[in-house]
Amino acid sequence: MAESYPDELKYHPEHDWARIDGDQATLGVTWYAQDSLGELVHYEPPQEDARIEKDHTYGEVESVKAVSDLISPLSGRVVEVNQKVVDAPETVNEDPYGEGWLIRIELTDSAEVDELLDAEAYRKLIAEQ
Amino acid sequence: MQAVLQKTPLHDRHVALGARMVPFAGWEMPVQYEGVIPEHLAVRKDCGAFDVSHMGEIEVEGPRARELLQSLLANDLDRIGPGQAQYTLLTNERGGIIDDLIVYELDPFRFLLIVNAANKDAAFRWIKDREITGSDVRDVSDQYALIAVQGPKAIERLGLEHEPAFTFAMGEIDGVESVIARTGYTGEEGVELLVMGEDAVELWDAVLARGAVPCGLGARDTLRLEVCYPLHGNDITPETDAISAGLGWVCALEKEFTGVEELRLIKEEGPSRRLVAFVMEERAVPRAGMPIEEGGEVTSGTHSPVLEQGIGLGYVPAEHSAPETEITIDVRGKPRKARVVKKPIYQRGES
Repeated sequence: MAESYPDELKYHPEHDWARIDGDQATLGVTWYAQDSLGELVHYEPPQEDARIEKDHTYGEVESVKAVSDLISPLSGRVVEVNQKVVDAPETVNEDPYGEGWLIRIELTDSAEVDELLDAEAYRKLIAEQ
Repeated sequence: MQAVLQKTPLHDRHVALGARMVPFAGWEMPVQYEGVIPEHLAVRKDCGAFDVSHMGEIEVEGPRARELLQSLLANDLDRIGPGQAQYTLLTNERGGIIDDLIVYELDPFRFLLIVNAANKDAAFRWIKDREITGSDVRDVSDQYALIAVQGPKAIERLGLEHEPAFTFAMGEIDGVESVIARTGYTGEEGVELLVMGEDAVELWDAVLARGAVPCGLGARDTLRLEVCYPLHGNDITPETDAISAGLGWVCALEKEFTGVEELRLIKEEGPSRRLVAFVMEERAVPRAGMPIEEGGEVTSGTHSPVLEQGIGLGYVPAEHSAPETEITIDVRGKPRKARVVKKPIYQRGES
C-alpha cells in the first residue's frame, strides 16, 4: 500500500500508532516502520492479560534482516492479540492500519493519550528523518 | 574516522533502480531492491542478477604457480585442468580457514582466485608472502567486475548452453565479452560473469533486459543459507577448522598443505563440535551469536523464504550433531526448539 498516516490515529515517535476507542486502544506500527523493516516474517506478541507500559517494549517484529522492538504508545492491559499477524506477519506490510493491527489494550491512564502526536506532527517528524 | 566506501562500476545503476545501499566489507553495496523475499523467490523460480564486484581477484602465474597453490590450498588442484574451477580453502598452520574461495585454472601456468571481499587483503598478503621463484602473485581486483546470474531460467534467459558446474570459458552476451563461469552461491544453476570493469554497466543492462531480477546481498545471504553454503566470518573463520565445519570433502588430506597435520589429527580423533544445519520447530528467527543451550552457538540464521520458517547454521557438541536431534536456541532469553537436519536445508527442485 502507499504511504499514509490516517488523521484519526494517534502516533508515538517510535513509529507506533494507537486508535482510541473509549477506554480501549488498538495498537500497531506505522507505514514508515513497516517500510523501513521490509517484509515481516515474525511477530512475537505479549501474553493476553499482560500489563504493558507506555514507552516500553511489549513485543517484537522481525524482517528477514532485522528484529525490532515494539514500543507501546500507551499503558494498559492486553485484551487481545491479533492472531492473524502471528500466523501471517506480512499482513502488517499489506495493511498496517487495518488487518495488520497488533494488540488491543484496556487503558490504565487515558490522560496519556494527550502526550501522543497527531498525524500532522508525526508526518513532520518522519520528514525530518 | 570512517573510511570512504568503495563503489562498484554498477553503483549508479543500483541507485537508479532504487536499491537500499549499505556498507559491506568496505564497499557500498545494494542489500535489496524490491525486497529480500521477492528477490529470493525470483532466483528459486526464475532468474536473478547480483552485483558481486566487491569480491577480490588474485592472479597467480608462472611455471611454479601450481606448486605454490598446491602447498597453500586445501583441495587438490590436480583434480582440475584448464577451463575448470574448484571450491577450496586457504588454511593457516592451525588448520583454520583464512578464506574460502574458488580457484579457476586459466591455463596450466595461470590461476585466478576469487576471494571474499572482507578477506581479500589478508588472502593476498598470505599468498604473496609465500611466493616462490617461478610464481607471481598479483591483486587484480581493481580490473574486474563480477555479476552473478542465478536461477533455473538463468541459462535460457542469457541465451547460453548448459555446461557442467565448475567449468568456465570466454563468451559473449549481447556483444559483451566476459569469462562465463558455471559457479554461484545460491544452489541454483547459473553463471558468474567476470567482466572488465569498463564493460560492466553494458553487461548488467543486457542481463536485466533479458529478464533477470536485480537482487541484493540480503537475498544472496538467505539463498546461500538455505543450501548451507558457509559464510566466512560467520560459519567459518581462521579459528574454525574445515573438518568441524563439514568441509572435509574440500580437504585433500593425502597431500601436503598448510595446516594439514592439524586437520589429519582432528579427522582422526573426530571433532568435538560440528557445524550443523537446523530448522526451527517453534516460531522464531535464529540469528548469529544466539547461544545453543546444548552448547555452542548460532553462526548464521534467517527466515527461509521458501520453507517459511527459521533456519540456521551453528556449532554444537558432536554428540548433538546427528540429524533429527532436538536442540534449543536462546532467542533473546526465550528458549525455542529447533531440529538438526541433514544439509542442505533446501535442495534444488523442491519448490
